[in-house]
Amino acid sequence: MTDKNTIKIYLYTRYERLWHWLQALMIICLIVTGLEIHGTYTLLGFQTAVSVHDFVGLSWLIMFAFFVFWLFTTGEWKQYIPTTKKLFSVVLFYAWGIFQGKPHPIEKTKGAKHNPLQRLAYLGISAMLLPVQMATGLLYYLYNDIPQILPLSVLAGIHTLVALFLLNFLVIHLYMTTTGHSLFSHIAGMITGWEEIQETTKIADWETGATKKK
Amino acid sequence: MKPRYFLKYCLTIIAVTAFFCSFQAAFASTPENSEEALGRKLAKQAVKGSKRWSTIDHAKIAVLNKEFTSGEQITQACISCHSEAATQFHKTIHWTWLASGDKKDIRYGKAGYSVNNFCISGNAMEDRGCLKCHTSWDKKGVKGEVNCLKCHNSSGFNFIEAFGDIKAFSEDDDPDTKEIIKDIQQEIKDAVTKVTFPTRKNCGECHFKGGGGDGVKHGELDTSITKRNRMLDVHMGTDGKNFSCTRCHTTTDHHIAGRIYTNPAVETRKSLIEDDLAPKITCVSCHSAEPHKNDSKMNDHTDVVSCQACHIPKYARVNPTKMWWDWTKAGKMKDGKPYVEKGPFGKPVYKSIKGEFRWEKNVVPEYFWSNGSQTSTTINDVIDPAQIVKVSHPVGDKTDPEARIFPFKLHRGKQPYDKVHKKLLAPLLSGKNGYWTTFDMNDAIEHGNKTLGIPYSGEFDYVETTYAFPITHMVAPRENALNCTQCHIRENSRLASITELYMPGRDKSNLFDTIGWLSIFGACVGVLLHGLGRFFMRNGKED
Repeated sequence: MTDKNTIKIYLYTRYERLWHWLQALMIICLIVTGLEIHGTYTLLGFQTAVSVHDFVGLSWLIMFAFFVFWLFTTGEWKQYIPTTKKLFSVVLFYAWGIFQGKPHPIEKTKGAKHNPLQRLAYLGISAMLLPVQMATGLLYYLYNDIPQILPLSVLAGIHTLVALFLLNFLVIHLYMTTTGHSLFSHIAGMITGWEEIQETTKIADWETGATKKK
Repeated sequence: MKPRYFLKYCLTIIAVTAFFCSFQAAFASTPENSEEALGRKLAKQAVKGSKRWSTIDHAKIAVLNKEFTSGEQITQACISCHSEAATQFHKTIHWTWLASGDKKDIRYGKAGYSVNNFCISGNAMEDRGCLKCHTSWDKKGVKGEVNCLKCHNSSGFNFIEAFGDIKAFSEDDDPDTKEIIKDIQQEIKDAVTKVTFPTRKNCGECHFKGGGGDGVKHGELDTSITKRNRMLDVHMGTDGKNFSCTRCHTTTDHHIAGRIYTNPAVETRKSLIEDDLAPKITCVSCHSAEPHKNDSKMNDHTDVVSCQACHIPKYARVNPTKMWWDWTKAGKMKDGKPYVEKGPFGKPVYKSIKGEFRWEKNVVPEYFWSNGSQTSTTINDVIDPAQIVKVSHPVGDKTDPEARIFPFKLHRGKQPYDKVHKKLLAPLLSGKNGYWTTFDMNDAIEHGNKTLGIPYSGEFDYVETTYAFPITHMVAPRENALNCTQCHIRENSRLASITELYMPGRDKSNLFDTIGWLSIFGACVGVLLHGLGRFFMRNGKED
C-alpha cells in the first residue's frame, strides 16, 4: 500500500441504504422460500413457504416502485448509464492488479459510486433480471386469474433460472464487498453511509459529469 | 449519541420491525385463525332446518291395518294411495338394472352386457343370487312386484322370511302353530307401518354390501359410515352432520341422483345458488366452486383438482375393502368339498366358489382425470388380452373443462375371457347350472353367456382386469385433508401419474436448473480461487 491518507466521504443516503438492506433481506427471503417451493429442500413447510414467498414478493413490487421513483426523482439513474471507458482497466485490476496490491483504477465519489463494471452489472440486474423476475413472478401469482399467456412450466422455469442467477450475483456481490480499502470497508460504507477512500485519488470529469450539480 | 443519529436509528428500527411484523399477516392467512370459509358458510346455510316433516302417520292408515300373507299384498296397499309410485319406479335403473331404463337397450347395466371383476355379470337377472338386491319381492326380478319396503321401511324386519314362515306353517292345524302365525302376523303389522324416507341402512343393505359382503366393492361405502364417526365421514357420521344418503342423492320421479355406468352424476357442477333445483350430488352444490377462504391458494386448485382428491386422504379407513379377486384360483377342494380360508381383518382370502382375494385398509387412492363419466367394457366389446383390461375406467383429460383429478379405488383381478372372440365372459354362478354348484367354469360360461345371447366359442382363459370406483364418500374433517407436500414433492408425489400439469415442488426444468446451479457453482469456485489468490499474494503487500 502507498501511504496516501484515507478520508471518509458520505456516499449512500439514508433511503438508499434502507432500500439496499431491505432488498437484500427480501431477496434472501425470496430465494430461501422460493427454492423450498421449487422442491430443493424442506424448511418452513410448503404452505408457509408459499405464503411468505407471495407476501414478500408482492411487498417487493411495492418497494421496487418506490425505488424507481427515487431513482428518477433524484437523478440517481444516471449512475447506471453504462460506459466502456476504463471498463477494461477495471477488469484488468480485478484479474491482476488486485493481487499485486495496486490501487483500484477508479475510486468512489458521491457523483460516481459505481465503477464501469458495477454500472454494467447493476444495470443488467435492475433493468433485465429483476423486471423479468417480477413479471414472471406476478404472472405466476395471478396464473389462475388472468389469461394464461405462457404455460406454468415456462413461467416457473424462467422464474427459477433468474432466481438462480440472482443467487449467483449474491455470491459474487458478497465476495466483492471484501475487495475494498479494508475487508469490511464497503459493508461499513453501506451501513453508515460513509466510506473510506484514498484522499488523493483523482476523479475524472467524465465520471461525475452526469450527476454533477450545475 | 448525536441527535441526528438517534433519529436515524429509530427510523431504521421502526422500518425493520414493521417489515418483520408484516410477516404475521402472511401467516395469519393460514386456515387456523380468521373467519369462516365461504364453502362452510354456504353449506351450513344450505342444510339449515334439515328436519323432514310429514303429514301422515302410516300406523293410522286403514289399508295397512290388516293381515298380509304376501309381499305383493303390501305393495298393493301402498299403491292404493301412492298410485304412480310403481309406474315411476319401473322406469328407474333400480328396477330395470339397465342404464338406459329401456328394456330394448341392454348395452349397459347389471341386467345387460355390463360386467365387473367381482361376480362378473348379473346374467340378465337369470342369476338368482344377484336378485337378493333387486327391489322386487321374492327375487322375482322385473317379472315381480315392486318391494316398496326395501327402501321405505325402517324396521329392519325380514318380511320375506316372515311370509315364508307363514306359508310353511299355514297347512298345519295345530293351535300352537296357529298362535305362532298370529304372532308373526302381528310382527308384520307392526313393522309394515314403519314407513320412512330411505335410511342409510336401506341403501346400504345393497350398496354397502355389493359384491357379496361389507365393503367388497366400494372402498368408501360400507357399514362403517352409518356409525358415530365424524372423523370417517363429516357428512354422514351420526356425530357429524348425520346425513342420510338421500340428503345429497336427491330424487325426481324415483330417479335417484348419482353416477350411472357411463353417465356422470351431473353434466356440469352447479351450486344451489346457480340452480336451486339442481341435484345436490356434487360438493359444489352446497360448498360452491371456490369454497376456501378468500385469499387461499387452495381456491386456485378447484379448476383442476376435485374436492375429493384432498379431502378424502385414504379410503376404507375403518372397514377393509377388497382390492384383488383372482378367479383362476377358484375350484380348489379340501376333502372333496369347497372351503373358505380367512386371512387378515377376519376376511376371507380364499373361497373355492370365487377364488383368491386380497383385502386392504387405509388405502391411498389412485388419481385420474375424470369428467364424471366412466368407460364400461361389456361382454360384447372386443378386448386386447395381452393388456390389463380396464373394465371400468374414468373418462377425461386436462383439456376437458369438466374434468378434475379425482381419487379412485382400482379393484384388480383375473376373470375369464373368450380366447377366440376376444371378449369377456359372463359365467352363471348361482343355481343348479351355476359355477357355485357345478365348479365347472366352461359349463358355467356356456349357461351364463346364453342368458345374454352372446355366443361363446368354448375356449376360455383368464385376463387381468381393473375396475375403477370413484372415491367420493368418507370425507374427512378439514384438518385431516392432505397437506401440500403429499403432491407438491419431488419424490413419491400422490399425483406422480398426472403428468400433463406443471406442479411446483414436483416438477422442474432440468435444463434451466442445470444452467442456474452450474453458474452458481462457477461463481463459488471463481471467488474462492480469487480469494485464495489475494490471501497468498497478501494483496500484494511486501511483508
